[in-house]
Amino acid sequence: MKRFLATTALCAMLPLSAFAQDKPFELQVGMTTFLTGPASVFGVPAREGMEILVRKLNEDGGINGVPVRVTYIDEGAGAEALTSEFRRVAAEAEVMMASISSGNCQTLAPLAEDLQVPNLMWDCGTQRIFEEADYDYVFRTQANATAEMMATVLYLLETKPDFQTIAVVNQDYAWGRDSWDIFSNALRVLKPDVEIVGEFFPAFGAPDYSAEISRLQALSPDVILSTSWGGDLDTFVQQAFQRGLMNNTTFVLPLAESSLERLGSSLPAGHIVGARGDHYFLHPEQRDDEDFQAFITEFRETTGSIPIYSVFHAAQALEAMKSAYEKAIDENDVEWPTEEQLLAAFEELEFQAFGRPITLREDNQGVEAQLLGTSVQAGEYPFATLEDIRIYDGAQLLPPVGENSLDWIKGLDASYLENIESDSFEN
Amino acid sequence: MNLTIFLLALFDGISYAALIFIVALGLTLIFGVMRILNVAHGSLYAIGAYATASLTAWFLALGFAPILAFPLMIVSAVLVGVLLGGPIEWLLLRRIYNKPEVLQLLVTFAVFMILEDVQRLVWGTQPYFQASALQALGNVTVFGVTYTVYQLILLPVVALVLLLGLRIFLRHTIIGKLILATTEDREAAQSIGIDADKVFLFTFIVGAILAGLGGALASPTTSILPGMGANMIVLSFAVIATAGLGQIEGAAVAALMIGLGRSYAVYLWPEVAVLVPYLIMVLVLLMRPEGLFGSPGTRKI
Repeated sequence: MKRFLATTALCAMLPLSAFAQDKPFELQVGMTTFLTGPASVFGVPAREGMEILVRKLNEDGGINGVPVRVTYIDEGAGAEALTSEFRRVAAEAEVMMASISSGNCQTLAPLAEDLQVPNLMWDCGTQRIFEEADYDYVFRTQANATAEMMATVLYLLETKPDFQTIAVVNQDYAWGRDSWDIFSNALRVLKPDVEIVGEFFPAFGAPDYSAEISRLQALSPDVILSTSWGGDLDTFVQQAFQRGLMNNTTFVLPLAESSLERLGSSLPAGHIVGARGDHYFLHPEQRDDEDFQAFITEFRETTGSIPIYSVFHAAQALEAMKSAYEKAIDENDVEWPTEEQLLAAFEELEFQAFGRPITLREDNQGVEAQLLGTSVQAGEYPFATLEDIRIYDGAQLLPPVGENSLDWIKGLDASYLENIESDSFEN
Repeated sequence: MNLTIFLLALFDGISYAALIFIVALGLTLIFGVMRILNVAHGSLYAIGAYATASLTAWFLALGFAPILAFPLMIVSAVLVGVLLGGPIEWLLLRRIYNKPEVLQLLVTFAVFMILEDVQRLVWGTQPYFQASALQALGNVTVFGVTYTVYQLILLPVVALVLLLGLRIFLRHTIIGKLILATTEDREAAQSIGIDADKVFLFTFIVGAILAGLGGALASPTTSILPGMGANMIVLSFAVIATAGLGQIEGAAVAALMIGLGRSYAVYLWPEVAVLVPYLIMVLVLLMRPEGLFGSPGTRKI
């Protein structure tokens, strides 16, 4: 009854709030994440991380005294169910966070624009969204496929400059194809003498790579790239490891940070591991930070696993939202910002979660540093950790605002490499 | 294409075919005898894999030798057959043998969906990998390419033993003959005193054990994760549709065609490797709608 009265009172006040935004009872946020399906390897840990962080945020008084409440939407339920759930939740929520899947981002970004609800693209990789259209309500609080693949190419060229041949084994869907497009084009302009000896796109969710592995052993390329993730990456690496393919070939695995713990001893030393950003539970610049340590410890205690990049991406979205509200409140000297004030605050926003600070460009794309390393079985953990870590500043990995990624990459030449800035760490 | 590559692709194709054959065998046996296309077969496969991985991990943690993984595979398969297959036939399918095929299909599909969620409840969404059985057998090198003994030798041998074993069982044992008689004409079999209910229950349990065994045998080679059952049921349905529903030897041939087709595609035309099983199925069904070995009268779906 109390709540009913409170709601009625709130409703009665609504006409006033159009002029002076009062603090809401709570800040409702809708977040799409995979709770079912293969990508729940990212979605479920991300939700668990989000819950820990939101609980902590609310214990510390929320945002200007307003607690945050997150409603989760399952991305695994299919496009139809997802869009109707998104609409339903967006009707109540002040901010939406969508999504993990690039396909879902491509569906939901225009929808958020139509519904005029601020939407943070918190994990999806496709670079196309901001290159193909302008958005007022959509922001990306992390990098995109272009930055991730460019950093991977750079790390490969820096740590293994003499390789001659490369093969690719990617999942047969948009990400597998698009990431190879970016990677292979960048390789062609930055190291034109490399020969691509094999291109394999096994089915998404394929349980067996025996034929590909036999073929790769016969081809014996210097380098094998795989942007696969989750169970597919685990299966491929395990089968390659079981059959000795990893002894003579360097594997380049831009998403393997999220599989380190599951792969255990099956990821031997000497292979290149990426993390879709500067995400690593032993981040060399952050690991001595108290908040970082506290979060890693709490996450491991709650879930029994180390946090992976999707967890850090969720933290970034939350941090971006919090920073934008605080910036808007501060700049406009109000108790709670209007939607216009909030959107204005997102422009050129700078925020920091558990990696280096991130800024939003004028095309709403996040500029996020990229961390890569080489696997090593150091014995401290029952799985591979990273050595020879390099962190690349994000701005140099993205095309200038308004330019198409592939056109930009095709226009590069070897002089691009001279101006690359990165910081190296032993482990 | 030289001889080495021909042989390499042959080995991969046979090992892949062996695994899908073992799963398809259970599916086609159940269909052959009971005239039910059991979509839940895919879940039984997945649960067989999960059970093997969990049991193996548990026993290894207790300090047992990795070789124990092999008996545990059989234990898991039998557990799946008896604890899941038995109740499914006894509580559900028994009520719908006289109902339209669409309803039967929907019921087994419903069981499949329920079991998919049960897997998520019990084992969560993170992939499992438990390869100690495979590692225990070591590797062999052929033409400079390393294979696991497990995939190159063990899987094809198990598939062959099951094929011959089932053939002998059906044709040369009393229970086998009872099953064949019931398959031929259920009413006539009942009139001469065969307990058709028991025969169906037994057949379904055997089919379910084969699904579980397929999963158990697959578990050391692949990530065990939600959705693996759906992939397998589609593939093994392609196998038995190509063979002709209910055709046991035919399923072996069809599995080989699909396995070899896929591995040769990886060498010759990797772009279509994903499509190969379905291309083969479409081509065969265009020419012989009842499948390679099926007779027109036995087609039901």
